[in-house]
Amino acid sequence: MNSVEQAPVGASPQRRTEARPPRHRVTVFYRRYGLQAGTVLMAAVIWVIFAVGAPETWLHRDIYSSLMSTVPVTQSGIIALTLTLVVIAGEIDLSFGSVMAVGTWVFMSSGQSGLGLVAGIAAGFGVGLLNGFIVVRFGIPSLVATIGAWFFWAGIVLVGTGAGGAGTGSGFVPELLTGRIGGYVPAEMPWMIVFALLLWVILNRHRFGAHVYLVGDNDQSARMMGVRSDRVKMGVFALNGAAAAFAGISSTIETHYFWPTVGSGAMLPTVAAVFLGGTSIFGGRGTIFGTFVAAFVIGAIEPGIVSLGLTGFYTQVIYGAVIVVALIVQSAVRGRAAR
Amino acid sequence: MELSGEETTNLLELRSISKWFGEVRALEDADLTVGTNEIVGLLGDNGAGKSTLIKIVTGYHAPDQGTITWKGRRLQHLSVQRARDLGIETVYQERALADQQSLWRNIFMGRERTRRLGLLDVGGMRSETETLMVEFLRFTSQAVTPESYVGSMSGGERQGVAIARALHFEAELIILDEPTMGLSVTETRKTLDFVREIKAAGKSCIFIDHNIFNVHEVADRVVVIDRGHTAGEFRTSEITVTDLIGRMQHLAETGTLDGGVATKAEA
Repeated sequence: MNSVEQAPVGASPQRRTEARPPRHRVTVFYRRYGLQAGTVLMAAVIWVIFAVGAPETWLHRDIYSSLMSTVPVTQSGIIALTLTLVVIAGEIDLSFGSVMAVGTWVFMSSGQSGLGLVAGIAAGFGVGLLNGFIVVRFGIPSLVATIGAWFFWAGIVLVGTGAGGAGTGSGFVPELLTGRIGGYVPAEMPWMIVFALLLWVILNRHRFGAHVYLVGDNDQSARMMGVRSDRVKMGVFALNGAAAAFAGISSTIETHYFWPTVGSGAMLPTVAAVFLGGTSIFGGRGTIFGTFVAAFVIGAIEPGIVSLGLTGFYTQVIYGAVIVVALIVQSAVRGRAAR
Repeated sequence: MELSGEETTNLLELRSISKWFGEVRALEDADLTVGTNEIVGLLGDNGAGKSTLIKIVTGYHAPDQGTITWKGRRLQHLSVQRARDLGIETVYQERALADQQSLWRNIFMGRERTRRLGLLDVGGMRSETETLMVEFLRFTSQAVTPESYVGSMSGGERQGVAIARALHFEAELIILDEPTMGLSVTETRKTLDFVREIKAAGKSCIFIDHNIFNVHEVADRVVVIDRGHTAGEFRTSEITVTDLIGRMQHLAETGTLDGGVATKAEA
């Protein structure tokens, strides 16, 4: 049956579709798992390079303990997970660095208690909701709206704190967020896993997640079919704000000191993790798994470079290159799968 | 404009509909009825008012004058949501699908089946999609599964998905706005087959198409709109397609369908 392409116009549809399975199945697999497999492969390659170049670092468990505490909160891996939802919904949020500071400031001002933790996260949620409201109500591109919010909230925290810091205390909340399990595993790691599992369920098994994909894929179609697009978008911005506050508070406790500028360096690695994880910049596609793995790849780059004996200045070069290369690979995969 | 007595159980009746857009009168005393389990073809030139009339049915525009009756009950404020709740579904040309999402997610777009806490009933939606594929879409090959991306399907298949979706949610009236536009000959055939499925399923349909052959082939009755007014209507069983084309040409030249049309003589 290699004459299928010459089949006459009147050929039965059955015959025509029967010629399709191999290509079609491959396409489906390629589109669904290709980018995730690529992310894992890349992580493995990078690990091998580091392990060969600096075995004394990468074959010792201390580096992994360190990564498990820095990647989830300081490098804002948790925010990368919620940012994934924002990007799938066809939007972007660049304000989360400042929202980390807002949430932490609220937490510090309310006595660093369990209630303060809730208040801080609620503040982050509120700021995120406001971002979403501004985007959907006034139709402002989220890129611009959230750059504005980034400056605005950073400024608010500086004004409110007089740019002064404060030391963190000890107690229940620090233990909950940054304690060491068995003296080795930082609590940040299970927290990131909890976030990832919860967000996976929301994205893949909940109506809200289904709407996130639909709105990002084709907003107009989704609206015509009764999806309340505005609410979905406000929801993902609010989630991102809450996660930012959580990460800000945790990373502040981890470093024992509150700087009003906490989160100011979070933007580049977080955004890089989302795109490296295979989430489409055009919306409609992306996975929690991809971002999770990519966050650790991004987090390993700086210690990796230093352990190889290179200057840390290369870190930014690589972050930047990673974003561009990830987008080029995505574009190539998309182009091939679309055929 | 009345047809014979068999039309007593009309599903939808639009009477003396007028609609202005500023100074422009888009519709003037337009009438349209759709019977139960009837396929009505809507013909007319560009700008004749077909789209405006349809948008009034879907609740997108409110008429300035005239009445809308659904199953004998007069509707006062028809919104898009209300129209959908009543069972009026519109299938737009390729425009209400999400290409990067799976077939089942497209079928249930905006109306996902959920269990407690809003968690998706993924298994249920997949198997319903599978049933729909076999019974309605006739995707018999193994190549297309509920997980297939809609973007990988042909134009005709995509149109089928949109129609199947409308049927699945128990629409009683399905409006197809230029469904064959941009489709190949084979895909057009497939789309016309889908329209016959609507008839077979006992539902009604308003079918808008520029191609008179397509309309004549699937419609039970053809309504001709001209300059915002209902110019006339024919039963397709009582007029040949050649004759219909002749009358449409006559309409374009003289502004009238020629008075005593076949169906009116019977009444």
